[in-house]
Amino acid sequence: MIEIRQLSKRYPGKGKTEGLLALDRIDLHIEAGEIYGIIGHSGAGKSTLLRTMNLLERPTEGSIQVAGIELTQLNKKELQQQRSKIGMIFQHFNLLSSATVYDNIAFPLQLVNTPKHKVDAKVNELIRLVGLEAHRDKYPAQLSGGQKQRVGIARALANDPKVLLCDEATSALDPQTTQSILSLLLQINKQFGITIVLITHEMHVIQTICDRVAVIHGGRIVEQGKVVDVFLKPSHAVTQEFIMEENHLGDLSSWVSFKNGQGVHSRIMKIHYLGEVTYEPILHRVLSAAGIEFAILQGTISRMKDVPYGQLIIRMDGKEEALRHAAVALAEQGLEVEVLA
Amino acid sequence: MFAELWNEISWSEVSKASTETLSMLGFSVLFTLLLGLPLGIFLYLTSRSKAVWVQIIHNVLSVVVNILRSVPFIILMIAIIPLTKTLVGTSIGIKGTIPALVLAAAPFFARLVETSLREVDRGVIEAAQAMGASTWQIVRKVLLPEAMPGLIAGLTITAVTLVSYTAMSGFVGGGGLGDLAIRYGYLRYEATVMVVAIIVLVLMVQALQWIGDAFVKRYTRK
Repeated sequence: MIEIRQLSKRYPGKGKTEGLLALDRIDLHIEAGEIYGIIGHSGAGKSTLLRTMNLLERPTEGSIQVAGIELTQLNKKELQQQRSKIGMIFQHFNLLSSATVYDNIAFPLQLVNTPKHKVDAKVNELIRLVGLEAHRDKYPAQLSGGQKQRVGIARALANDPKVLLCDEATSALDPQTTQSILSLLLQINKQFGITIVLITHEMHVIQTICDRVAVIHGGRIVEQGKVVDVFLKPSHAVTQEFIMEENHLGDLSSWVSFKNGQGVHSRIMKIHYLGEVTYEPILHRVLSAAGIEFAILQGTISRMKDVPYGQLIIRMDGKEEALRHAAVALAEQGLEVEVLA
Repeated sequence: MFAELWNEISWSEVSKASTETLSMLGFSVLFTLLLGLPLGIFLYLTSRSKAVWVQIIHNVLSVVVNILRSVPFIILMIAIIPLTKTLVGTSIGIKGTIPALVLAAAPFFARLVETSLREVDRGVIEAAQAMGASTWQIVRKVLLPEAMPGLIAGLTITAVTLVSYTAMSGFVGGGGLGDLAIRYGYLRYEATVMVVAIIVLVLMVQALQWIGDAFVKRYTRK
């Protein structure tokens, strides 16, 4: 659905200075119907990257195709037409403060001269979809943040776009409202098959709704892939930071020298779960069969979109032989085991 | 004493002068709006362009606007008498005053328009661009409605300024309350008429401000 090749953006510097290279030879392929997340710290270039996808930001070099159409080659009129097929929502909602909920949602329809009765039908349908029936004649100033974002979403969907771009859409919202907006996005994705691209600096947003993720740092994509893969096997330091912030796992090295309650033959191990196996009592089954006692030192059990996963740090006490066998047996059950100490 | 002063006033003259002032005010506000609004929008749009030639146009226009704003009204009015004569055929009376009033007020109002448009949230404009709006659609459906309270407030300030300009035009035979005050108060030492003229002017300004504020309130949604 979106194909980005060797895309660079350089902001001109003053005088003879080099300027800022905001995007550096980005390659990105986003499938139709998927929810694609782009995560990065502020200033990493994620917002610039998202804005090239409807050419609010014009790249210095490279190509960008949305639904097979090369955006950089379009003239003004053609670009305006394409933009009406790409929805966008914003961190600060960007609603018309002088227009009601109804008029805000009708706005993109009126831009393309939709007949009045069609506008009416479409707007009412969208108001129902986002659950704002009771607020249709209110002005944005009378709405809460979550309600404003719902108006933003309804407005973005008015022209039946193929793609929805989300620019930090939940960053200005509290955790509860964030969840409700994310479920609305997920529902829209499933119901209409619309491709969603979102940028965020919060790992949990990616974890909740994204299928695939790209990590952007210093204008470059440093890591990309399925959320599960990137999340569980982060290879780049920036990715690891994001995951640590989310899991509160902290620095694992402190466990290496962890002595408290340690027997003669103790092992500190890190165990990864992925998929339905997460909810099986494997740890108990394998370790008690081997006559090993264990204590959980730290851990997370959660889900990424639909996939359960877990990460545990445990201390095992038992005979040398039994410990070795147990590690093999756990691996055979589909867990990934890493000996820390 | 008071009754004597009261009887001294020629009420028909006061009412005639008031009508003249109101009609000068009405026409000049109308033409100021018609000229100043597009000029302000143009100044705003050209100030955001990255193209060099557009920036040059903006800067030239900006200097012209500043020159017109810095010339004192009374001098401007006399300076453009030849222009006024070609435009409306006379340089005195109501008709002869309006070109000068508009030429003084339109640049002033244009600046106020430009400032109000700049206050419009950048993000809302970006959202409209992202939806495929053309520049004209952004002006008509985003900038003007969003800036409406500021535009009305600007027009109110301009109208109030025009009230005092119409009074000044009395010095060169412009008619209206200013003319009345000068003829009676300054030339014939009849201070009472002058005081009445001033009171009527004050009431007009009050009424304008009150109407303006009411509209601003009606259009404010924040």
